Amino acid sequence: MSTRLETLGQNLQNVLGERIARLGTALGEATLEVAPANYLETARILRDHPDLRFEQLIDLTGVDYSTWGDGAWNGRRFAVVSHLTSVSKNWRLRLRVFADDDGYPVLPSLIGIWNSANWYEREAFDLYGILFEGHPDLRRILTDYGFVGHPFRKDFPISGHVEMRYDPEQRRVIYQPVTIEPRENTPRIIREEHYGDAGHG
Amino acid sequence: MPAMAEIRNYTINFGPQHPAAHGVLRLVLELDGEVIVRADPHIGLLHRGTEKLAETRTWLQTLPYLDRLDYVSMMCNEHAYCLAVERLLGAEVPLRAQYIRVMMDEVTRILNHLLNIGTHALDIGAMTMVLYTFREREDLMDVYEAVSGARLHAAYYRPGGVYRDLPDRMPQYVQNKFKNAETVKRLNEARQGSLLDFIEDFTNRFPAYVDEYETLLTDNRIWKQRTVGVGVVSPERALALGFTGPMLRGSGVEWDLRKKQPYEVYDRMEFDVPVGVNGDCYDRYLVRIEEMRQANRIVKQCIDWLRMNPGPVITDNHKVAPPPREKMKAGMEELIHHFKLFTEGMHVPPGEAYAAIEHPKGEFGVYAISDGGNKPYRIKLRSPGFPHLAATDEMAKGHMIADATAIIGTIDLVLGDTDR
Repeated sequence: MSTRLETLGQNLQNVLGERIARLGTALGEATLEVAPANYLETARILRDHPDLRFEQLIDLTGVDYSTWGDGAWNGRRFAVVSHLTSVSKNWRLRLRVFADDDGYPVLPSLIGIWNSANWYEREAFDLYGILFEGHPDLRRILTDYGFVGHPFRKDFPISGHVEMRYDPEQRRVIYQPVTIEPRENTPRIIREEHYGDAGHG
Repeated sequence: MPAMAEIRNYTINFGPQHPAAHGVLRLVLELDGEVIVRADPHIGLLHRGTEKLAETRTWLQTLPYLDRLDYVSMMCNEHAYCLAVERLLGAEVPLRAQYIRVMMDEVTRILNHLLNIGTHALDIGAMTMVLYTFREREDLMDVYEAVSGARLHAAYYRPGGVYRDLPDRMPQYVQNKFKNAETVKRLNEARQGSLLDFIEDFTNRFPAYVDEYETLLTDNRIWKQRTVGVGVVSPERALALGFTGPMLRGSGVEWDLRKKQPYEVYDRMEFDVPVGVNGDCYDRYLVRIEEMRQANRIVKQCIDWLRMNPGPVITDNHKVAPPPREKMKAGMEELIHHFKLFTEGMHVPPGEAYAAIEHPKGEFGVYAISDGGNKPYRIKLRSPGFPHLAATDEMAKGHMIADATAIIGTIDLVLGDTDR
């Protein structure tokens, strides 16, 4: 597996050259980062170049890095991460691109390169509010009709903003602000490395 | 005024309360007469925000949510999650646990395909199939119950192994006003030994059952009329649309993660990967039938190994898995480990991992990002049904409205998995 990973890294270096913003391997997986300007071109090369041949877009997702490591993050907020698979070469690649504008994240759509991007990009738009330029049908997909907000952003509370109930007076279902108190049974804790190992208290 | 000018396409709602929609799928169909012009699936009616919930739960608390995604292949979902967490932790899994996982994965595959073939046939008019397949599902559900205590939502796998070893006894039927002594005796015949004896008995019976299904469907004229040439996907399109699993193999692409990127002990197993030719509903049905036979083979190999090789089933790294109960009661060190693990949870080193397994429906992947906390920073679940359903429009276009049910059946749709 490791030699295969090295070959993949070498091929990526040779073919993409300048377009690579960052290329790393960790835990047996290769990760490639590109700038938004090179995103589409890189994707096309990844699919078509005979040394790479990533025929399949397996997964595409948005990520909101704003609370990473309890405030340790100082890069861009929104990223789109895709997982590519090559059936002929039998290797995988993670492709990450950060959106330039944190307030209004826009990235080009991959739909012309891999058709499976269609629903994945709709999902990333729905859950994170990332806009995809060139997507023909960027509707919400998972949330309710008429939903307001992007629920997977880190500043969106787990309980949501509104709840639904039947109102006997108006004799219809209405929305109202949530009445449940937010609670956290197990707090989120980040420990230093080797915490609790022998000799570390 | 000419009457022709007034003919317009007709739009109908298929679902969300339609028995052939396999749950809560709303399919908006635009029809020209009886021919489908456009199919627009509206999903999300079962969206529970599993990925968001995972961000507020510890790594272990997240695990049972995975069962509730694809609620007909529960353990496979857990498996992908455990693999992702183990990769981040760098945890070793005992060999016996790996064999148990492979065996239970294949049992799950049979469970899933039985449901799929039964309900697919039911949807397009063959009532009998579902009665037969549910008879066998009952036995396998009992296997689930014996190992984990639950028939559906097992929560049996753990990061670092499995929760406990396979039981030595099978639960027995008892006599009641519905089951007389004779029936109970017959039902308990296979349950006299251990769980492995019970599964072995099942694997010996199962090939004959698959033959039964095939006599009902494979050469059945109506079944062939409803499935041959329906929902054809070329290999090139299947790749571009992100198909995996039987959907991809039905189109003739030989791609099985168990062979190509083996995880656990699949590289020690002997099995074949069936591949279709035409990429239609019928070929995908044949692929699934053959996969059940191959899964049966793998289960047999696992049983033989598991009989010979007792051993631990979960890692002894107590930062990941709790110490055994008796040690926890006696030792201070173990007590502290137990307390920390169940109050604060395990800490996963910062990093990201994507672990994929060959789920019965296709590639099920878990993309986990950790920032070093006791809770995941982000979990993305790559469900196989999502891209398959996205391709409904392309598959259904130009077919008759009755074929929409055949196409939904063939993509093995479970909305819990698609909506997450």
